[in-house]
Amino acid sequence: MIPVLLIAIPLAAGAAGFFIKQAKPWALFASLLTLGVMLYGICFNHCSCVYSYNKPWIPELGADFHVTMGGLAKILCLLTAVAFPLIFLATHNKKREGEKSFYSLMLLSQAGLMGVFVAADALLFYFFWELALIPVYFLASRWGGEKRIAATFKFFIYTFLGSILMLVGIIYLFNQTPDNSFSIESFYKLQLSATQQYWLFAVFFIAFAIKMPIFPFHTWQPDAYEQSPTPVTMVMSGIMVKMGLFGVMQWLIPVMPRAAADASLAIMVFCVIGIIYASLIAMRQDDLKRLVAYSSIAHIGLMCAALFTGEVIGQRGVMIQMFSHGINIIGLWMVIDMIECKTGIRKMSQLGGLAQKSPWLAVMLVIIALANIALPLTNAFVGEFLMFNALFRYNIWMAVFAGLGIILAAVYTLNMIQKVFFGEVRNEQAQVGDIAWNEKLALAIIVLFIVVFGVYPAPLFHLY
Amino acid sequence: MNKLLAIIPLMPFLGFLLNGLLRNRLSKSASGLIGCGVILVSFVLSILVFNDVRSGNHITGVYFDFINTAGIQIPFSLQADELSVLFMLIITGVGLLIHIYSTAYMHHENNGHFARYFSYLNLFVFSMLLLVMGANYVIMFIGWEGVGLCSYLLIGYWFKKTEYNNAAKKAFIMNRIGDLAFLIALFWILAKTGTLTFTEVFANTASLSASDICWITLLLFIGATGKSAQIPLYTWLPDAMAGPTPVSALIHAATMVTAGIYMIVRSNVLYSLAPVTMNIIAVVGLATAILAATIAIKQNDIKKVLAYSTVSQLGFMFLALGAGAYTSSVFHVMTHAFFKALLFLGAGSVIHAMGGEQDITKMGGLWKKIPVTAWTFLLGVLAIAGFPGTSGFVSKDEILINVYSYSPTLFYFAAFAAILTAFYMMRLFMLTFMGGFRGTADQAHHLHESPKSMTIPLVILAILSVFGGLVQFPHIFGGHAYLDAWLAPVLGGVHESHAENASALARREYILLGATVLGLAIIYVITRRKYAVASYNEKETAFGKVLANKWYVDELYQTIIVQPLQWLGKTCNGLVEKTGLDGVVNGIGKGLHAGARQIRLLQNGQTAYYLLYMVAGVVFLFILLRTDWARIGQVLNSIF
Repeated sequence: MIPVLLIAIPLAAGAAGFFIKQAKPWALFASLLTLGVMLYGICFNHCSCVYSYNKPWIPELGADFHVTMGGLAKILCLLTAVAFPLIFLATHNKKREGEKSFYSLMLLSQAGLMGVFVAADALLFYFFWELALIPVYFLASRWGGEKRIAATFKFFIYTFLGSILMLVGIIYLFNQTPDNSFSIESFYKLQLSATQQYWLFAVFFIAFAIKMPIFPFHTWQPDAYEQSPTPVTMVMSGIMVKMGLFGVMQWLIPVMPRAAADASLAIMVFCVIGIIYASLIAMRQDDLKRLVAYSSIAHIGLMCAALFTGEVIGQRGVMIQMFSHGINIIGLWMVIDMIECKTGIRKMSQLGGLAQKSPWLAVMLVIIALANIALPLTNAFVGEFLMFNALFRYNIWMAVFAGLGIILAAVYTLNMIQKVFFGEVRNEQAQVGDIAWNEKLALAIIVLFIVVFGVYPAPLFHLY
Repeated sequence: MNKLLAIIPLMPFLGFLLNGLLRNRLSKSASGLIGCGVILVSFVLSILVFNDVRSGNHITGVYFDFINTAGIQIPFSLQADELSVLFMLIITGVGLLIHIYSTAYMHHENNGHFARYFSYLNLFVFSMLLLVMGANYVIMFIGWEGVGLCSYLLIGYWFKKTEYNNAAKKAFIMNRIGDLAFLIALFWILAKTGTLTFTEVFANTASLSASDICWITLLLFIGATGKSAQIPLYTWLPDAMAGPTPVSALIHAATMVTAGIYMIVRSNVLYSLAPVTMNIIAVVGLATAILAATIAIKQNDIKKVLAYSTVSQLGFMFLALGAGAYTSSVFHVMTHAFFKALLFLGAGSVIHAMGGEQDITKMGGLWKKIPVTAWTFLLGVLAIAGFPGTSGFVSKDEILINVYSYSPTLFYFAAFAAILTAFYMMRLFMLTFMGGFRGTADQAHHLHESPKSMTIPLVILAILSVFGGLVQFPHIFGGHAYLDAWLAPVLGGVHESHAENASALARREYILLGATVLGLAIIYVITRRKYAVASYNEKETAFGKVLANKWYVDELYQTIIVQPLQWLGKTCNGLVEKTGLDGVVNGIGKGLHAGARQIRLLQNGQTAYYLLYMVAGVVFLFILLRTDWARIGQVLNSIF
């Protein structure tokens, strides 16, 4: 029942939210309820039956409402469940027009995301895949920045192209199953010829590669992150990008193992190029949001590369890292949002000396930034350690070149800290005041996650 | 006892948390007390552990699983053996003196910054303790990166100044380059032996091929060049003096730079199986020793001279490692910790007295004004110059003797570097303390000796600098090589390449002793005449300029690494990303748009056109139906 609740609560709350006046408290309440269910689900040892639910959905098509939670789903659902209350908490002070619709759409996208991670039926998976995308499209196109229409249009068309390709692939696979079923078990049992695997792999991989995104399918991403309202950017970068990685782990590699193995070298080369390429570009960015966007492309590239090594440690590393990356990048967006709210500036060249005005924020940013470059005893280290290990086992040069990314990451991250927080105070920020308690709380929770899972990552491993 | 072991690093961590979190609520005396107190506790506990280890116990504490998945098991575990405990004593002991000194030196900072300073300092000691106490390479790596972080925080302590921030950044990034090599070495070990715990790795060297060991040791050494400031990654260390002076003492003496030496000595089992790597280490160490010494001759900033002398002395230590003389290297780490901490703290006292002035050409004649500083500084100079009887003489002498057995050629170069050392240190001393005062009248008026909390650490360190060598006094001068015996269990199986027979060894010792006395006397006379002067004008020579500009190595790196990277970033950002990739994506979109616009024109609403399309369509269908496809297929087949 737990996966059903994880979908149903945000779905119902989102639908009801259109009519509820106190939109913010309602959304926070609903997301906390979801988190409660999630924590209840993972903290107590239940029989596996609570993690699974199966009822016919569209019998004519052989599609079932079949949801299950394996280790991977648990980690990603936990991330989704943790992220939304944090996002609501951190952005509580921002006033928007049409708050009811805004928060309802946010909750609907949460339902979609949960559905993607727990679906054990391909058609259901596709359904939730779109359910997660569409609210985000509306959110970004209505509440986004100046160039929101162009950016979200590109984002939507690009990812929708991927979705359609994936749908074609799913239908093809459906036709191949002897019992005409969309269930993931039937897909796993399929014996596909090499040719079939190759083109199916291509179709699915493009869908997932766009979603992640990895080089060279990433160009929608910096614009979308920059132009979306911050809570939506947090959802996109913290959770939605994990849909692509999840798809690769859950649907792509197990169904098309041979094609995945054959394509691994080519894909890893692209990923590693992407890591260095995105890091180099990040070094040149002046806009904080774009810097984080490119840094995220580099991180995702590493995760994708680790998945295709075929090493178990690589997969474990990716699982841990998906959670950590989600937490860390949401933390980064929070800090950037606070800076922008206080000063109205997002360009590093115009900022400076904020550490004197807002030492608390500076400390938080430094900790989150250090997690972003995977310093030991922050949450990102363990995942990166395992992933690099997997890369090394695949080919030493992969580890070396991907490793250049961690050096470049130090360069642009320290540059950012220096330009924003250190140096002399500039006039423009004379007004910087203190941070509200809810923002402080949200950041403190993020930092707590960073440190606790950095020192003691065992609970995350146990989820698996 | 293994619970106690965890408290040693946890105390400074506690200090870091207290000072860091309560920095705006604590008075200066409170944060100073916390900062020094936690280190004192760790020091006392380290002594207890030392006693335990002396009675033959090796203590290991395993606390929890750090990583345990997919067949990889890395526990969070600490250990104390002869090697670790020696470093623990140096780190907490010398560290404590630096902390005490700092309470006075940093007193002009406001409360919040004062507490922030001590929290960083404590975090530094914590990281360094983790580094030397870790029972596996991952814990060592945590400390390894941790000291990198702390150096970043402390070098950039005065964060308003952009150049200080740049120095901090440079330190962190150069260290990261080394760290990457270190990490890859760890992956290599893990892939081949399945473990990263020291005892298991060293017991499993059989599962490593000769080339594995060669590459692993080389990669670890590259890591060490970052942390311990060797060619090619040394350039961050001289810039690192941007931090407060006691921080320099901490980085250069008790922590950080000795990490590379520790790591290699810890991995001696691997290194002893890698003769190629050992040769490379010896050569790199020697080259660094000479390069840094030549630069130091022409530096006029008191801290810069000391910084380059550190690089140079570290070169000596690596030379010893390369020659297989692990004990000598550790011994030099120890004596160097004493006299380099002394010299840096002494320099701090001078700067304090001079009201922030660091240029030695504007000092002179301070001997009478700040006698305690001057005397202790002199003892430090004598120690580093290798004056017979001081700790520096004993340790450097041992290195030279061992290098001679390893390769006489390298020995002569090393001896040359040692002469340079004596020269630039005497120059520093003469310019600072002898001759006439060359500063402003205002500075002359304010000259004063530092308070007790600064001079007492100086005196203690001076005593250690002179007598610290007794733990490893050569046999022929009536001493006992305690350290050899002490480290023997850690260096199990490794036989130091001591000279063949006793009489040859003794002859060499006496020759070296005589040469040292003679050399120092000559250097004294030269520097006395040249640098103990009332007004100082440096003669400009072409070569002198090259040395003063540090052989233009920074400029070289700027040209061959930094600028190309910047250019690459610019190209990727502008040409490839915006014009190339995004251009293609947007181009497809625009193409569809434009195509649709063209096709739309066909729907122009005029019936005549529609009739025309219809006729064309019918004709096309007719042709399709009438075509003999089988025939075309045959023709095509016959062609291809």
